[in-house]
Amino acid sequence: MHPNYPCRGLGLALVAGLLLLAAGDLSAAKIGDLSDTRFWDQLVRFFSLRDPSLRYTLTASLFLGTCCGLLGSFIVVRKLSLMGDTLSHAVLPGVALGFLWTMTKNPWAIFVGATIAGLLGTVVVHWIHTTTHIKEDSAMGLVLSGFYALGICLFTMIQQLPTGNKAGLDKFMFGQAAALSAEDLWMIGIITILSLIAIVLFYKEFLVTSFDFGFAHALGLSARFFHYLIMLLLALSVVIALQAVGVVLVSALLITPAATAFLLTDRMHRMLIYASLFGMGAGVAGAFFSYLGNNLPTGPFIIVAASTLFALALFFSNRYGIIPRWIRNLSRDRRIQVENTLKAVYHVREENAFSHDGIPVKALGDRRNLSPSEVEKEIRQLVRRGLATLEQGEPEPPPSPERKLFLTASGWETACRIVRNHRLWELYLTESVRYRPDHVHDDAEEIEHLLGEDTVRQLERRLNYPTRDPHGKLIPSLRDLSQTPFAGRSG
Amino acid sequence: MSPQAPPPLEIHDLTVAYHKKPVLYGIDLVVPSGQLVGIVGPNGAGKSTLIKAILGLTPPSSGWVRIFGKPYRSNAKRVGYVPQRESVDWDFPVNVMDVVLMGRYGHLGWLKRPGKGDREVAEACLEKVQMLPYARRQISNLSGGQQQRVFLARALAQESDLYLLDEPFAGVDVATESAIVTILGQLRARGKTLMVVHHDLTTARNYFDMLLLLNMRMVDFGPTDEVFTYDKLQATYGGRLTILSQVANSRSQKEENVPLGR
Repeated sequence: MHPNYPCRGLGLALVAGLLLLAAGDLSAAKIGDLSDTRFWDQLVRFFSLRDPSLRYTLTASLFLGTCCGLLGSFIVVRKLSLMGDTLSHAVLPGVALGFLWTMTKNPWAIFVGATIAGLLGTVVVHWIHTTTHIKEDSAMGLVLSGFYALGICLFTMIQQLPTGNKAGLDKFMFGQAAALSAEDLWMIGIITILSLIAIVLFYKEFLVTSFDFGFAHALGLSARFFHYLIMLLLALSVVIALQAVGVVLVSALLITPAATAFLLTDRMHRMLIYASLFGMGAGVAGAFFSYLGNNLPTGPFIIVAASTLFALALFFSNRYGIIPRWIRNLSRDRRIQVENTLKAVYHVREENAFSHDGIPVKALGDRRNLSPSEVEKEIRQLVRRGLATLEQGEPEPPPSPERKLFLTASGWETACRIVRNHRLWELYLTESVRYRPDHVHDDAEEIEHLLGEDTVRQLERRLNYPTRDPHGKLIPSLRDLSQTPFAGRSG
Repeated sequence: MSPQAPPPLEIHDLTVAYHKKPVLYGIDLVVPSGQLVGIVGPNGAGKSTLIKAILGLTPPSSGWVRIFGKPYRSNAKRVGYVPQRESVDWDFPVNVMDVVLMGRYGHLGWLKRPGKGDREVAEACLEKVQMLPYARRQISNLSGGQQQRVFLARALAQESDLYLLDEPFAGVDVATESAIVTILGQLRARGKTLMVVHHDLTTARNYFDMLLLLNMRMVDFGPTDEVFTYDKLQATYGGRLTILSQVANSRSQKEENVPLGR
């Protein structure tokens, strides 16, 4: 995808979400009101989207996944992950004050109160860490717990008030995606679309401000403006996510899909797309499982799904994944085994002053200290890779240990290359790094498999095209390769 | 350039303070056009702070800065900037091309994205620093010298008239250092003005036309030959560096060897 249009796919997904919203029936019933619990019925009901409340939950999850994935990506790459947590806790007193202002659960009043409290929290963090020597992480911890405690105090006071419809305020604490109202949904949709528009329009400004604040400023961009714009959008998205997943899990919704995306790509625009797709996927999966499970909380399921995605990426991502790395190590180990066998063939031939082309299988086993069955295994590897051929002896079993092994041209070349690497490296260590000659063998055993052609050329040049290693043995050069006798295959 | 043209950089009575503690006192400076200027001074002398104050990144407590006769923000396009390499996170998800294209952002308006022409400029700049083969590489897979070349290419892509470079030679290999010196020379030959924060006295004398000796205040500013003297370096470094006497010695020896010198 062209980097200039990071969010085209997201636009489509959002349109789909809007259609879902439009299709939504306003007389929402709670997901938990369902009476039939049979698995297949539930499954059919889920995918037919017959339930209006399910449509609400799904739409909200898609929007929140997009919004939090996009903004989460920016805070993850800016190492501000704790900011999401700080904001989600800092908005709590604002929620309470928004309620006290109108004495109803007017979502707009609560929204305004929460946003103001969140922004106040970020200002306090900034102020503490710029005017004192307290670092940003401590400042965030201070604000997070202080504001949260204040919020709890206010909530408790509200519970003791004689008047007011105060039931349901606790959904801000723990989140209740299944109980979102149409108004909540509109708010979620508007904030998400605002964030998406801002990121599409100002992608290059957000990118350069996040990567190199000083350079962005030097370009004449208003780096501070874009910093605060991101923080404002972040505060808004925290406020809308709060009702769905609760204070503690908001930061997971921000960080987990973005961190998953960061494992899979090293380009910002792709990270934004992946993160929102993961956010949406986790949202749908969370809604699905909570629906299947009948009245299970949606928020935690969303985060469990997102964390599962992260775990999968951790294990399977091509670059950082544990399993691909394990496979790569395995294949490298196997290559080193093969190269060591080839080297052993070289050594055996060298002992015979290269007089025989083929060497007995037994000699190879003795050289490498391997049992006959292990040697057979190694030889099968060589033959399969086209590096050697085996003399046709008596029919098996048992294979005769006197059968002869011949290296093919490419096998012989590899053997020479490894021996040359080994001896060049030994020579380099003794000549240039001043190792003692009896200290260099073990190091060379490892390095011989890792040296690239360029490095070998450099070594040769630096050592003035040597022909003998520190132990007086011949270093096979590329020129020798073609001359080394293949003629006279005297079996 | 006509004689009345405003100088690339004019600084008047600039004082910068962090937390009310001044780090730069009353700097007065007029940098003439087409000069390669080295900013030299001990650690904590305020070399980087001076650069940041010129850019407006660190607000001054008093005094002003003019870029070609105007405040920085009105002439930002005419200034290229190479920050210190350590100032960014090299694990950031961008590749080399993305970083160099950032140099073009100043020439693009709001809502505009880099186009084909910008890519061509970026490629030409990468070619100049011999990093074109690495254009698609993720920036975390670069050596220190390569990172510095990328930063230089990004500044070249800005196509500016005044370049501010903060420690471009810090922690780079010899090949990169000489490549950077060559490019700086080419820029000067094209009439650009360059200010380079530099910490290595042994090379400062050969690299720069003019030197700015800095230690919280401006010790001296002038042609390298006039400024690079034992007394002035002593005043800047306060005898803190043993290298100082060696450098000054080698200089006086050189002069003895050339009896017809000035």
